[in-house]
Amino acid sequence: MLQIGTTAPDFSLFTTPDQKINLSQLKGKKVILAFYPADWSPVCGDQMALYNETLKFFHKHNAEMIGISVDSKWCHMAFSQDRKLHFPLLADFEPKGAIAKLYNVYDEEEGQCQRAIFVIDEQGIIRWNYLSPVGINPGADGILDALDEMDNKK
Amino acid sequence: MSKLKPPVNSNDHIQGDAHAPIELVEYGDYQCPHCGHAYPIIKSIQQQLGGQLKFVFRNFPLAEMHPNATNAAVATEAAAVQGKFWEMHDIIFENQEHLGNSHLVKYAAKIGLDAEQFKADFENPAALEKVESDFESGVRSGVNGTPSFFINGTKYNGNWEEVDLLEYLQSLVG
Repeated sequence: MLQIGTTAPDFSLFTTPDQKINLSQLKGKKVILAFYPADWSPVCGDQMALYNETLKFFHKHNAEMIGISVDSKWCHMAFSQDRKLHFPLLADFEPKGAIAKLYNVYDEEEGQCQRAIFVIDEQGIIRWNYLSPVGINPGADGILDALDEMDNKK
Repeated sequence: MSKLKPPVNSNDHIQGDAHAPIELVEYGDYQCPHCGHAYPIIKSIQQQLGGQLKFVFRNFPLAEMHPNATNAAVATEAAAVQGKFWEMHDIIFENQEHLGNSHLVKYAAKIGLDAEQFKADFENPAALEKVESDFESGVRSGVNGTPSFFINGTKYNGNWEEVDLLEYLQSLVG
């Protein structure tokens, strides 16, 4: 996975059938980039549901949560509606896994993203990263601790 | 290993001997079916461990997924003002399918709460603040779903559905 201190590679991915998000659009905010294996699978569902409930804590740190998997924009739309998610899910769909590969968190064998989290600062530099065992929901405590530390250093 | 933050303190609802050697903390959501499933398991563990166990319940309502979970939690905190937190906790888990506000009021009456007082305490922002502060402590402690358990301050990641949790707890007291 990309190391702490490196510049987060930019990307432009669909979040809804007619809308894309560029990482560079979010400069000036912190970004939590959560790569996850798949919509609908039990652990990812719990992980995204948890982030959905902890958004207010992220927002206090001027941080936006973004989920990324290789699922298509239509799949994301259905999943997001079903779980009432209030943050964007990006489709790393074509070419498949290209952004995950750029961040070095692609699982070639399964053909899906690893469960990996990057916290990126206002200037687009990676300040924290975490690779979780694939079957384990990593929770939100590590992210919040990283955000706390980033704000305390200022 | 994730640690319980903050440790059990006077703001918590504690069942059992405060000096018991084993402290089991559950982060739970009253509308979560897994927590409903865990409820009788915990009761049985409490019976079997008796004075060796104290049990603490902290709120972790996943409000987007479970629209009644927060109000159910607030109702238990309101009941706590009249000293009936655990009675409310129990009746809610025993009637998990029906957690609308009208049901909560009925449960309050059934466990003998003063209705006016309950209504006032339910609407008092302090009850919701307690629930939210429990939730935040859970997030900080590494809760990643419900139910999550902490044993003597450390997150328990093993199975709780079979006898595993009981046997693990028994192994601690030897």
